[in-house]
Amino acid sequence: MALFNGGKISLSNIPVLVVEKFRAQIIESCGESSRLVNLFGILETNGYLRLLAVLGVDEEARLDILSTFISLESPQYESLTKDLTQAHLFEREIAEQWAVKPVGHPWLKPLRYHSNYRQAEDIWQGINDKIIPGGYPFYAVEGEEVHEIGVGPVHAGIIEPGHFRFQCHGEEILHLEIQLGYQHRGIEPMMQGQDLRRSMLLSESIVGDTSIGHSTAFSEVVESLTGCSITPRAQAIRAIALELERLANHVGDLGALGMDAGFLPTSAYFGRMRGDYLNLLLILTGNRFGKGLCRPGGVLFDIDNKMANDFCLKLKKYRDEFKDVSDLLFTRPSVLARFEGVGIVSPKDAKEIGLVGPAGRASQMECDVRINYASGMWQFQHVPISLGATGDVYARALVRSQEVLRSLEFLLRVLPSLPAGDIFVAPGPMKPDTVAVSMVEGWRGEIMHVGISDNQGGFGRYKIKDPSFHNWFGLAYAMRGQEISDFPLCNKSFNLSYCGHDL
Amino acid sequence: MLKILKARFKQGCKTIFFPKAPAPALPERYRGRPIIAGQNDIVDMGRISFDPDSGFSFSNDYQMSTSGREDLILSSGREKVLASALEDKMLKIFGRSLKLRQVSAGGCNACELDLNVLNTPVFDLSRFGIQFVASPRHADGIVVTGPITKNMREALLKTYEALPSPKIVIALGGCAISGGIFRDGPQVSLGLDTILPVDLFIPGCPPHPLTTLDGLLRLLDRI
Repeated sequence: MALFNGGKISLSNIPVLVVEKFRAQIIESCGESSRLVNLFGILETNGYLRLLAVLGVDEEARLDILSTFISLESPQYESLTKDLTQAHLFEREIAEQWAVKPVGHPWLKPLRYHSNYRQAEDIWQGINDKIIPGGYPFYAVEGEEVHEIGVGPVHAGIIEPGHFRFQCHGEEILHLEIQLGYQHRGIEPMMQGQDLRRSMLLSESIVGDTSIGHSTAFSEVVESLTGCSITPRAQAIRAIALELERLANHVGDLGALGMDAGFLPTSAYFGRMRGDYLNLLLILTGNRFGKGLCRPGGVLFDIDNKMANDFCLKLKKYRDEFKDVSDLLFTRPSVLARFEGVGIVSPKDAKEIGLVGPAGRASQMECDVRINYASGMWQFQHVPISLGATGDVYARALVRSQEVLRSLEFLLRVLPSLPAGDIFVAPGPMKPDTVAVSMVEGWRGEIMHVGISDNQGGFGRYKIKDPSFHNWFGLAYAMRGQEISDFPLCNKSFNLSYCGHDL
Repeated sequence: MLKILKARFKQGCKTIFFPKAPAPALPERYRGRPIIAGQNDIVDMGRISFDPDSGFSFSNDYQMSTSGREDLILSSGREKVLASALEDKMLKIFGRSLKLRQVSAGGCNACELDLNVLNTPVFDLSRFGIQFVASPRHADGIVVTGPITKNMREALLKTYEALPSPKIVIALGGCAISGGIFRDGPQVSLGLDTILPVDLFIPGCPPHPLTTLDGLLRLLDRI
């Protein structure tokens, strides 16, 4: 069954396949023009877990949705991962959340260390009481001169916690295993229920640096389920905020890359310039991260002519400043020597892992939700896709810098000609037992929210996917054969979210 | 080389003179210290998300940090209480040089990012002798963000123990203060002060960098 971004479908209309067929169809489609965009479980009342898969056909802007039932009397099915690498983290998540075992999964280990959601026996006994990594034997390499390095969860800088376990031979990394879960707050179950206001606020704090991205996705899910169409003006303001968020983070990332390459001027300048964009969000929304702007039905803050003109003047100045400092960074031989050929993910591997966002585009994955699954403002105002060729740190930096310029162009085009009209339309009640899907191109890549309404005006199941969920494995993979000293630089070039993964 | 010098010249000096000069004006829509309108209104700055549709009205006042948890609870007729300076003995040790270690324990990364902003040339935190260090062994205090998840509790306590005494503890953001929007979830705590003794509470979602700087400087008796 096909859906478009922002579409909805009654739970009973989603095709149900027997497990073998479900499995075969996903693997076959992903071998052709599809990608596994989401795979998760819904607990049914009749003693079954329903697995729901969303496949993205990027070239046709189409989302294919299919499902299968797994009896909880025999909670297992044949793993997809052994034939489809993209499914690896999704299946680990299903095993942890529902205590349903993907048999033959090559790397079945806990993801976030919590008890399952159906009060059954966990696949990993006593998981909720264990401290990460809970006695888990990390993949180890043996041999003379092979050594192991463990980093985290508490890192050196002001960043989020995670554990990195390196197997090295001298300076060379043979293998990196990343264990997250420290930030796990249990957001998905908290989003469920009838308190939609709380769910709304939670969506702004799934990933603080992507507040606009996630709160837009949440709002679109509710709007889809209530049949509420928001005004073009509200769509435009959401798009403006989304680009400001992208600008702040991309500029900040380029600064951090300068820092890790040992070139401090660009790090100081970009670091400060990042704040300029956050301050525009502050002027617009009253919060530097845009919390409080998006609500189901539209936005809470308008942009008047004076503010639009002021933003345009500032953005033109910021564009000049960006070009100056970007030129400084990308023409410095010592910087380029550190960026080029480091942490390569080939296009073939990127496709196999299922990379998304700038990290994917740096490896020639031609997907940008704003283009491939355009909704809202993006149907009327287009941005060109920014692609890299080499899949290394350089490409990931270059894609960001291109996207900065294109976001600025977009803003300077949209701000002076905002559509007229209201900014908010109150949504009605949600259609019961319906699935709504929303995708947003956050600055890290593809965000997907799937909301499944119950028959009491709330959510029976809410599934969140942050782009980092796809990309963390890409980072681990990119480090193979690299020097250990290049890890901070590679890590920055992906700059993934811990809390977005941990939820 | 000339290019670098030219860029440096063009950048100029961006550092704000706060606290010697007044803080830069914050925009009209900024949601700072809540306004207590009614006689019976009670607002806990350590619990709210500072969201525009919360039913509260907000002022432009960024000064919100306090030394006591109860000082974050605003009610009609109650005076504005801000963080007080450390006691003399502590001030003697930390007053001119304070090294902090940050621990993110379930934060959404907004608090962490806006804490990082204090290290940009605009705020230039190191001019006050305050620095964030890599090891808890080198630190005089910890700044905790996030609702302290079950999975980070142990790491947080170990980090705290690794700090040499005397040490200070700072709770940054609504989540660290009370669990914030995640409060009552099965995987989070009810606030840092239920786990460790807290010396400074900095409310906000996330706190504006000025709110944080103001709190730190008050703690060190610089304001």
